Amino acid sequence: MSADDGNRGARAGRGRLWVCAALAFVTAAYAAPLLNMVAVSLRQASSAATPGLDPLPMIRDASGRSLARTSAAYWSTLGLDAARNYRDVWSGPGSDFPTYLRNSMLVALPSVAGAVVSSCLAAYGFARLRWRGREVLFLILLATLMLPQAVLMVPQYLLFRSAGLVGTFAPLWLPSCMAGAFSVFLLRQFFRTIPAELDEAARIDGCSHLGILWRVIVPLSRPAIALVALLQFVASWNDFLGPLLYLNHQDRYTLTLGLHLYLAQQNQVPWNLVMAASAITMAPVVVVYAFSRRFFTEGAATQGLKE
Amino acid sequence: MNGSARAVGRGLLFISPWLAGFCGLTLGPALLSAWYSLTDTTLLDPPVYTGLSNFRRMWSDSLFWIALRNTLVFAAMNSIGVTAGSLGVAVLLHRAPARVAALARAVIFLPTVVPVVTACACWMWVFNPRFGILNSALTAAGATGGPDWLGDSRFALASLGFMSVWVIGSPLLVAGAALREVPRSLLEAAAIDGLGSGGRLWHVTLPAISPALMFNGLMALIWSLQLFGPPLIMTRGGPEHATLSYSMYVYLCAFSYGDMGYACALAWVQLALTLALSAAVLVVGGRFVRYRTT
Repeated sequence: MSADDGNRGARAGRGRLWVCAALAFVTAAYAAPLLNMVAVSLRQASSAATPGLDPLPMIRDASGRSLARTSAAYWSTLGLDAARNYRDVWSGPGSDFPTYLRNSMLVALPSVAGAVVSSCLAAYGFARLRWRGREVLFLILLATLMLPQAVLMVPQYLLFRSAGLVGTFAPLWLPSCMAGAFSVFLLRQFFRTIPAELDEAARIDGCSHLGILWRVIVPLSRPAIALVALLQFVASWNDFLGPLLYLNHQDRYTLTLGLHLYLAQQNQVPWNLVMAASAITMAPVVVVYAFSRRFFTEGAATQGLKE
Repeated sequence: MNGSARAVGRGLLFISPWLAGFCGLTLGPALLSAWYSLTDTTLLDPPVYTGLSNFRRMWSDSLFWIALRNTLVFAAMNSIGVTAGSLGVAVLLHRAPARVAALARAVIFLPTVVPVVTACACWMWVFNPRFGILNSALTAAGATGGPDWLGDSRFALASLGFMSVWVIGSPLLVAGAALREVPRSLLEAAAIDGLGSGGRLWHVTLPAISPALMFNGLMALIWSLQLFGPPLIMTRGGPEHATLSYSMYVYLCAFSYGDMGYACALAWVQLALTLALSAAVLVVGGRFVRYRTT
């Protein structure tokens, strides 16, 4: 009996080893393109285009000898090269990354604020108020989740154009203030888990519906609201089609569109700078992700799907 | 209910942000688009009613057929690759020790939040025929170099399909949540009946999580039929239209050729196709899905 147990334990241990090895391979494969991007962004232009899997470049000193990886000179040269690349991108001619960064903020921040406020209001209407027509409208809301955005690309453009808003940021943040279907769905599912007795108690105390939403529901729904804010931030920051359609002057470009322009000039711009520009573009979302990873990969992300 | 008219008014007031967006940015534009699809509309001239001629024109438009074919091929690669890939990774994460799994999940989810333009720049370098890590890895494995992934019309679309499996964060979460919900009692009963871990995966786990797999497949299908960014950024639809996607063709018709009416007609065909394929997947796939009866 005990021998059998030991056997099974050994087999389970070996199985676990296989799982860890396979997982390590998959993780490395997923990380490789981004690590490669960062590695190339640190190099001199001359060594950016070298074949091979070595993430670190070969660096030669003034007399042409290659520096040893262990020497201080190697790492100080690498650091200076990297700093020069990022400075060249940041203040280089033909592009204006500080302005792109500001523009991305000017789009993303109003989008997040608008999405949170509007989705909370709409989700409260769908989750906590009883009225005729609620279920039908909620079904319509769910149906719009399936609608390909390409269908609406042309008529939305013509609408914003007739309103004189092409070339401004409004077509990029205004739709976010109209309570996106997925955000409303997510918040509604969360609001419904809050006991109704809390609302009733607040009503007896003379609270209005807005008061209940603000004082009872919102404080209890912080994780779901944070998730809505984060998803909206990432969506607005990463949006490419919107800026491509609506922004027509380079001083209004967001980071994604600025990087697209930079990439399109790739015959003139060396790849180490393209990679540095790509790293700059994704840095803010990666920082946000690093500090709020739990909201994305755990918690409420799959909350709504359980029903 | 107390004063149903007042209740309806109050409900509508609360959902008014969504309702305004739905009417102004979805329903209104959809109706407008339906009208434009029956007209000859450019940015400068007022629409001229032309009946179904935009739809007839597609029949003899070779770029329409190329874009359609490319998009269907990509959609097949992406929905199968993403659904199967996220399932495989989710199973690994489920079986790994918690700390290892948390670290791996954090890394594998990262590409999902990276801007598409950044991802494209990154992968253009990966696919670079001379300096990219893909061909370097092939050389290290003993091959004599590799193809020009994006520059060769035989490989370009497949390369975009390969790259698209890099973004599996959302289906991974869905599959992972479903795996955690598989009843332990079922797995233990199967083990007592003598099923090995492979048998348990096939006969117990897969049927139990089949609704989640269906959901992932459907979402991947709908998403991949809208492929737009990568071909525009990485290959501009080339070489020789090998990566021209449907959404990209709609975009080009509308904004490069100024043919708004035709673009709207194309978009409606895309919607019809999306609905038809989704329905087909639901019907055919539905035979394999076991919904729990609780």
